[in-house]
Amino acid sequence: MSESPDLQPRQAREVGLSFWAAGFVLLILMPLLNVLPPEESWLHLSDFSLNRFGKFLAFAILALGLDLIWGYTGILSLGQGVFFGLGAYCMGMHLMLAIGKESVYGSDLPDFMVWNQVKELPIFWKPFYSFPVAVVGAILVPTLFALVFGFLAFRSRIKGVYFAIITQALALVAWLVFNRNETNLGGTNGLTDFKQLLGFRLSEPGTQRALYVLTVLCLGGAYLLCRWIIRSRAGRVLVAVRDSEARVVFSGYTPANYKLFVFIVAAALAGLAGMLYVPQVGIITPAQIGVLPSLEMVIWVAVGGRGTLAGAVLGAVSVNLGRSVLTNYFPELWPFMLGGLFVVVVLLFPDGLIGIGRRLREHTVSRKVPVVIEAERS
Amino acid sequence: MRQAAMVWAVILCLAQAGTSALAADSSAQPVIMPLEQALTQITSEDDTVRDTALAAVIQQGDATLLPRLDEIRAGAERPIRLAIKPVMDLIRNRSNLDDPASHVRRSAATDLGTSGRVVAIPWLEAAAAKEDKKWVRYTMQEAAALLKLSLNDQASKLEAIDTLGALSSQNGVPALQEMMTAGRASNSTDAQKELAKRSSAAIERIETWGAWSNAIETIFRGISLSSILLIMSVGLAIVFGLMGVINMAHGELMMVGAYATFLTQELFKSLLPPAMFDYYFAFALPVAFVLAALSGLILEATVIRFLYGRPLETMLATWGVSLVLMQAARVYFGDLTAVVAPGWLSGGQQVMVGVFFPNNRLFIIALSIICVLGIYGLLFRSNLGLRVRAVTQNRNMSACLGIPTRKVDAYTFAFGSGLAGIAGWALTLIGNVEPGLGQNYIVDSFMVVVTGGVGKLAGTIVAALGIGGLNKVLEPSLGAVYGKVCILVLVILFLQWRPSGLFAIKGRHADS
Repeated sequence: MSESPDLQPRQAREVGLSFWAAGFVLLILMPLLNVLPPEESWLHLSDFSLNRFGKFLAFAILALGLDLIWGYTGILSLGQGVFFGLGAYCMGMHLMLAIGKESVYGSDLPDFMVWNQVKELPIFWKPFYSFPVAVVGAILVPTLFALVFGFLAFRSRIKGVYFAIITQALALVAWLVFNRNETNLGGTNGLTDFKQLLGFRLSEPGTQRALYVLTVLCLGGAYLLCRWIIRSRAGRVLVAVRDSEARVVFSGYTPANYKLFVFIVAAALAGLAGMLYVPQVGIITPAQIGVLPSLEMVIWVAVGGRGTLAGAVLGAVSVNLGRSVLTNYFPELWPFMLGGLFVVVVLLFPDGLIGIGRRLREHTVSRKVPVVIEAERS
Repeated sequence: MRQAAMVWAVILCLAQAGTSALAADSSAQPVIMPLEQALTQITSEDDTVRDTALAAVIQQGDATLLPRLDEIRAGAERPIRLAIKPVMDLIRNRSNLDDPASHVRRSAATDLGTSGRVVAIPWLEAAAAKEDKKWVRYTMQEAAALLKLSLNDQASKLEAIDTLGALSSQNGVPALQEMMTAGRASNSTDAQKELAKRSSAAIERIETWGAWSNAIETIFRGISLSSILLIMSVGLAIVFGLMGVINMAHGELMMVGAYATFLTQELFKSLLPPAMFDYYFAFALPVAFVLAALSGLILEATVIRFLYGRPLETMLATWGVSLVLMQAARVYFGDLTAVVAPGWLSGGQQVMVGVFFPNNRLFIIALSIICVLGIYGLLFRSNLGLRVRAVTQNRNMSACLGIPTRKVDAYTFAFGSGLAGIAGWALTLIGNVEPGLGQNYIVDSFMVVVTGGVGKLAGTIVAALGIGGLNKVLEPSLGAVYGKVCILVLVILFLQWRPSGLFAIKGRHADS
């Protein structure tokens, strides 16, 4: 009975409308507010805010993928941070090489290699001199990794809690490995001190604005892709897998293939998100890919409302905005709030912000019995 | 005291008898100089006079002389101070060879062995002859043999080499290697060649034993890590088997147990006389168990009960709880708080040459065995256990038969949490008490549960032994990080073969 809300025509139209509205605000209004009004005007959107928003929207791309796999297919992956990190490191390596001799030590090699007395650029760094390779790599590396990992996991029917734990162990292991110096990925300090991308200075507001617009476009594309997937036949199979995998098997489908497909798409989106994140934030460290950040990514989707694509975007933006504001004022309280948010959302608002909005609307408009969306079954 | 005096007499006789062997050491020339005279002469400017005086002091001095020597030293010039210091050490170690505490005797013997003072050989031999503690005697013999290597006497050298080989003494290896290089030199004498030959045989013997003792220690470390993992994961596994719930706050319940231990320690420190302090650790066990069990009960009643049948949501919610608890501990206790292990758990047991088992690890191994036996008793010999097993196998049918399944859930969860508390209590022995305490091991114990299979005690034990043992076997060659990578890969490959763990429930429940 748990039909995806997006499949209902009335709501589908609404989603379409809000898609264009959100697109207008994010793509046109916000950059304009950044450029046009004078700085002292209250309408002015500072470079910092726009940049910060760009970061959140990059996270939203990841959240879309996570929503596909968790919200729609019912597979909880606690290792999305790893795919995010793989994408981010691919782009980070390119940016690191693009510095050239501008680095602190004035060497062709990245600074941390100079510290670690690496004499020659490791072979796997060399392709990343090229920008197209970095872009393709940022998507392809996480995809291939997800293909191997997902193939092994789904083939042997690892699912539910088992899958969550295995992916969590993956996040832990990836964090440990990226922290090592001898992997030549910057160790604990990660990759940072980027200067330019394709000849544009990253410190210029204009470059950052262009990156923001690019992120919005990618988010829009990712949204459309996800919507297309869930509206296709494959998408219906995914929802069916979530609701009763055994029945899907009995109906003659092979759930493993569908799961693998959606896992790969989620990994590719996470890689894309990481690729867009790095030039906007200017640093990528192992701290971004460990167990904790990977779990936090899940809460974005849960807070926004899983099983709805808009919810994933909304959740990623709102949780990160909340985090960025709250850690500024009450750094000690943030873990309490994040933890509390987990408990409250899971216990009281299983459909997240979108669910709350929908319930309110049901109450005020038609005074009908509120829609109770059936809980996910494992 | 009289006994000690007699021992001195014996030692002095031996020292006199052994003078021919001691010819090499200038300080061991037979000296007939009254002690008082020697003490006045050790500050002499003349080197030979001073050396003779020092030798006399070494021959006749005992521990009662140390304060006086110290006094003399305080008023003396730097070269004289430097000369007196080793003499004092020698005298102190010599008297320590008779100390009632075995570790003092042992470290005195070790010091003498490395001091290079051949005058100590008869002391060590005499002490070894009447020593009744095996490992102290071993150290004394080893020290004497080490010193004998520097004697200028072929027969004693050969004897010492053989002794070191027979003792499998790792400490002897550098000196033996020196002899080997000396024997290989082009201008070496026949005597040196003979020494080198025997040395190489001895080294080979020592190294063979070294490999064995390494292997034994690795196995021990593996078992000890496995025990920690076992205590941690067994509570997790019971709850998982019964309710299908993975409790991500399990690590924080361990933290509760660890802080309970810390608080008990502080209470004992402030309220009770110091003599009682060593008992705090035993007292902390029930405190840790009860506090963690209560926390678990509250967690079950406020969060988990509402998420029944939704394991993934439970994971997320309990993870939220774990974040809150961790931060609460960080805010309240700060970052580092150490628990002092009680006296009876410090130190260790030497079981073989070069194989040393720390007491706290032995204790944890014993504890894990007791825990498993306790759980076994509870599950298979008690009324609650019967109900737990019934609910684990078929919840609905158990409910129909009148088993209060919700209550069974609550009690089992509390019990599992209490076990986490015990794990936290034990962890204070090997690490600091800190808010992140549970996080260090929790992913490993999740892996144990997953590998072991749903709620099977045997599976958990085997998986804990496997993962803990593998960890320690892989660590020396691959390093801790790549060892972990390797284990993750192995677990994934293992799950290809057995998707729901080692001892999965067979039949219709398997896929539900």
